[in-house]
Amino acid sequence: MRAVKGDQKTRIALTLNGRKLAAEAEPRLLLSDFLRHGLGATGTHVGCEHGVCGACTVLVDGVAVRSCLTLAVQAEGREVRTVESLAAPDGALNPLQAAFRDHHALQCGFCTPGILMSFTDFLSRTPHPSEAQIREVLSGHLCRCTGYANIVAAIKEAASSSPASRSDAEEGDHPERA
Amino acid sequence: MKPRPFDYVRPDTVDEVLALLAEHGDEARILAGGQSLIPMLNLRLIDPAVLIDISRIAELDTIRSDGGVLEVGAAVTQNKLLARPNLAQESALLAAGLPFVGHFQTRNKGTVCGSIAHADPSSELPLLLAMYGGEVVLHSQRGIRAVPAKDFHKDMLTTAREPDELIVAVRFPERPRERVAFREIARRHGDFAIIAVAAAAGANGAVTLGVGGMAGRPVTRAVAVHDAASAADAIGQWAEELEGYDDLHASATMRRDMLRKLAANVVAEVAQ
Repeated sequence: MRAVKGDQKTRIALTLNGRKLAAEAEPRLLLSDFLRHGLGATGTHVGCEHGVCGACTVLVDGVAVRSCLTLAVQAEGREVRTVESLAAPDGALNPLQAAFRDHHALQCGFCTPGILMSFTDFLSRTPHPSEAQIREVLSGHLCRCTGYANIVAAIKEAASSSPASRSDAEEGDHPERA
Repeated sequence: MKPRPFDYVRPDTVDEVLALLAEHGDEARILAGGQSLIPMLNLRLIDPAVLIDISRIAELDTIRSDGGVLEVGAAVTQNKLLARPNLAQESALLAAGLPFVGHFQTRNKGTVCGSIAHADPSSELPLLLAMYGGEVVLHSQRGIRAVPAKDFHKDMLTTAREPDELIVAVRFPERPRERVAFREIARRHGDFAIIAVAAAAGANGAVTLGVGGMAGRPVTRAVAVHDAASAADAIGQWAEELEGYDDLHASATMRRDMLRKLAANVVAEVAQ
């Protein structure tokens, strides 16, 4: 049984974008703050801190979750992926990121890391989504610049152009495989 | 905002959870998916001394279909239940209502039992449990009991759970051959519903209606549907009886109006 006192800092180890890392944290520290302040991974943005805006969305064991609604200690031992993992080491954008750039799907970019991580999870489960499915998942994010139309267009293009998604066409379109 | 300090405990078994609940009682909160609890911690609406994290207890992360009852364990996420291959055949109304629970991203972590424990009056899962006439299974060191939905949900954020009890599972009786409909009105898809309405029609043509967001807890009623006019009369009378309530999102008058329109729609859907 893992137990940590409220005023006690404990060492929390996890895998971030393939690297095993650790830092000290109190139980009340949110994963969003742990990533940014504990591990220095500032690509994940913090908006509302109560699960509404979606800016802080990351993958934990491959599944998109709000990092502001996750305690750092809950992610102990888990695989966490953030926006920093998407581009190639030389900085080349991945197909989803490139589609966002091509379609002008971001302006200020504050909400973008969360949206990219949500759709990294969603497109891996549902390679050929309908526009309605895309909009349903996008409803978990707030963007104040774009009006969403260009984001939807970018995601549609990324879904139709990804070679992985073409070979996966038989995977089915149900968005909720857990 | 950030939570106030609390002690964190992650037990490995249900027995350890029950011992912790016996020790800490209402000073403790159960953390499963945290999609209702952590917002309340962040906003400092609650200030528990201890969080008991049950999310890694394997025995609670199971869905069982046994003797015509679907039993969902306390660590099962909403998306895990929704991904069950035969859900639409076993429990069509669950399959229809679950996509309205929060967002894709919160359903990945939020649990079925956690939403029922939280007991928000406009949330979908308490309404679905009421529609099924399901029950909530509670364990404590004193024993085990199963509480029917109508007795479990008492009022806004208020349930029959005692401070030393853990919800280990909820049970939905399977209704394979039922025509169902689920609709709600929310400011944004995935946000809390202002009004959520469900309908189920059995083989004999009787229609059961349920509504969340009109009272402190979900309410159901059997409605005789001979034709559209008689259904509209029955729904109108129901709306007047329930009254509804005023809050930031809608007035009671607006809620009654939404109920009349949504209920007529779902009745028409299941009557087809």
